[in-house]
Amino acid sequence: MDPAQFLTAPRVTIVAGKGGVGKTAVSAALALAASRLGLSCLVIDVDGRAAVAALMGIATDSYDSVELVAAGPDRGRVTARVLTPDDALVEYLRDHGLKRLSNRLVSSGAIDMVATATPGIRDVLVLGKIKQLERSAEADVIIVDAPAAGHAISFLRSASGLLDAVSVGPIEAQAREVVEMLADPDRCQVVLVALPEETPVNELVDTAFSLEEHVGIRLGPVVVNAVMEVPAGLEVAVEAAVAAAGASLDVDEIRSLRTASSFVAERGALHQIQVERLAGLLPLPQIRLPFRFTAELGRNDLEVMVDRLLADIESLPEDA
Amino acid sequence: MNRIGELVGSSQVIVTCGSGGVGKTTTAAVLAIEAARLGRSAVVVTIDPAKRLADALGLDGLSNEPAEISGPWPGKLAAMMLDTERTFDSLVATYAGSPDQAEKIVSNRFYRNIAGALSGTQEYMASEKLYELHASGDWDLVVVDTPPSRNALDFLEAPNRLARFLDHRLYRVITAPTRGIVRAVNLAAQGFLRSVGKVVGGEVIADAIAFFTAFEGMDEGFRDRAKRVEALLSDAGTSFVLVASPRADTVAEASFFAEQLQRHHISVQAMIVNRMTPDPGPGEPSADRLRAVEFAGTDLGAHFAVLADVRTLAAGELEQLAELTERISPAPVIRVPMLGVEVHDLESLATFGDEVFGRDGSGPR
Repeated sequence: MDPAQFLTAPRVTIVAGKGGVGKTAVSAALALAASRLGLSCLVIDVDGRAAVAALMGIATDSYDSVELVAAGPDRGRVTARVLTPDDALVEYLRDHGLKRLSNRLVSSGAIDMVATATPGIRDVLVLGKIKQLERSAEADVIIVDAPAAGHAISFLRSASGLLDAVSVGPIEAQAREVVEMLADPDRCQVVLVALPEETPVNELVDTAFSLEEHVGIRLGPVVVNAVMEVPAGLEVAVEAAVAAAGASLDVDEIRSLRTASSFVAERGALHQIQVERLAGLLPLPQIRLPFRFTAELGRNDLEVMVDRLLADIESLPEDA
Repeated sequence: MNRIGELVGSSQVIVTCGSGGVGKTTTAAVLAIEAARLGRSAVVVTIDPAKRLADALGLDGLSNEPAEISGPWPGKLAAMMLDTERTFDSLVATYAGSPDQAEKIVSNRFYRNIAGALSGTQEYMASEKLYELHASGDWDLVVVDTPPSRNALDFLEAPNRLARFLDHRLYRVITAPTRGIVRAVNLAAQGFLRSVGKVVGGEVIADAIAFFTAFEGMDEGFRDRAKRVEALLSDAGTSFVLVASPRADTVAEASFFAEQLQRHHISVQAMIVNRMTPDPGPGEPSADRLRAVEFAGTDLGAHFAVLADVRTLAAGELEQLAELTERISPAPVIRVPMLGVEVHDLESLATFGDEVFGRDGSGPR
C-alpha cells in the first residue's frame, strides 16, 4: 500500500495502546514518516502533556501549535499541540457566541461541575476539536497520541455515551458529529500498539474487539513495537563460534558473550511466540518495529523506526 | 534480609507508585507475599490487574473485600481489587444522617458520575480503602497499588480535592436558603445555571442541584475523614515505594513522583527497578565492536556485535538511574533483571520475590 495514501486517507490516525508500549514513539515515527513523504503533519496530545514533542527534545504544553520539524524541500512540516478539555470548551463556547458564559464557567470554577454533570463531555470536546481540525484540513496528516488503553476506549466511546445522556443543545450536536467522524473509515482510523509480550498482546486484542464492538472505528494495522531480532549466527553456541573462528578468548570474554547472546536469543524467541500468537488472535496486518538497544530513544532510533514503518506499510495489501 | 525486606517487615502501609507498564501491581503483590512469609498478616489492594495476575491472586473482581490466598507462608495473605463505586457508596452510607439520605444520594445521577467518572475519584477511593483496612486492625501491613497516574499528588491530595469540590462556593449559593440578599445572589446563579443548561441540557443541572441539596450536612464528616486519610499517608509507618523500569521516560516520571512526594515531606523509602538488561560484565562496547569487525563474517562476529549492543544498553540503563538514585538516597534501589517468564502465577511471583529480596532462590520459599 502507498504510505502517503495510508497516512492521508483517512486523515486522522489515532495511536492507542497500554502504558509503556511505546505509543508515543510510534506516534512520533508516524509523524516523521509523513514528513519524509513531504506531507504536513499535526501531532495531537490529549493526555495533558506534549509527549511526542518531549521525545523529540522540545518542551511544550501549548494548546496552540508548536513546530517540531520545519518544512523543507524534501520534507513536510510537523507541528504538535496539546488539546485540553478546558481550553476546548472555552474555545467552543466562544465560537458559538457564548463568550461571556465561557468566562464565567472558568472564573467560577463551575467548569468542574459541568464536566461532572455530563461525564464524557471533556473527551467529546477534545474529539470535537480534532474533528474541526480534520474538517478544516489543518494538516495533510493528523496523528493523535491517545490516552493509555483502558482510557482510550472510554475516550472514543465518550461521544456515543453522551448522546445517551444529553438530548438537546450544541453539545449534543458536537457529540453527533464526533460519532460520525469516528465511524467513517475514510476520515479516521485507529492504530493499536503493543509489545510482543503476553499481557500487552492480551490487552491489545481486548482493546481491538472492544473498539470494534462499541465504537465501530476502522482498525488499521497493529504495530508490534520493540521486537527483538536475532541476528544470524547467534544460533551457534558461543564456544562453537569461538572454535570455528579459530579465536582464543579468556573465560570472562566468553561469559560476557554468553550473557549477551542468550539474553538476545531468549527475548527473540519469546517475542516470536507472541508475534505469532497475536497474528492468530487478531486478523489484522502487523507492522513490526525493531527493538532498539538504548535506554533513551534518540532521533536516530526514530529514523530507523520510520524506515521500517514505511517499508512495512508498502508491503501491506491495498485494502488494509 | 535486605533493606526492602526490612521495610516489608516493619511498615504498616506501603504505597507503590510509578507509571503504567513498569510492573507496579506485580511488585505490590510480591511485597505483600513477602510480609506473609515473614509471619505478618498482609493485604494487597490492586487496581485493574492484568487478568492472569488477578487469577493467580484469586481475584474474581466481584468482591470489594479482601479474599485470603493460601500458600506456603506462616503469615496471612489476602488480596482485593478496588471497586471504586462500591467503596464510595459505603463511605456515603457511613456519613449519611439516615439510610434515607444515603439512598437519595447514591441513586442520584450526578453522584453516580462523581463515583464513577470524576477524575481523582479512583485515587481517592484507593486511599480511602487503605485507611479503612488499616483502621480495621485486622492487618499488620496494607499494600496499595496506586492508579497509573502521571501525578503522585493525585493520590495524596485526592481526599482533600473532593472535599474542596463539595465545598465550592457556587454550590453553597445553589443550596443557600432563598431569602433577602442571598436570594438575589441565588437568582443570578440560577440564571447562570440556565445558560449552562442550554449548552448541556437542563436535566443534568437539575441532577446536580438535587445532589448538593441531599448532600447537605455531610460535608463536615467527609472533610474530617479526608484529614485522617491524609494523616495516615504521611505517618511514619507508611512507606512509599517507587516502581520504574530503566528507560528514560519512566525514570523521568519516577523522578517527578519523587520530587512531588518530597514536596509533601514524604520520603521515598525504596525504589524497585524492573526489567533490567543483564550486565555482561566489565568491558567496553567499542572494544566489542572492534572484535565484531575482526571476526566479521563468522558466527563469532555476530556474537560480538550483540555483546556491544547489550553492553551499550546495560550501561545506558545504569546511567538513566544515576540521578534518581542520588535524589532518593539513602533509600535502597533494587534492580530486578528482566525475567525470562511473565509473572502471572504464584511460582513466578516467588521467583520475582527472590530477585527483589536478594535470595538465590535455592532455599525454601
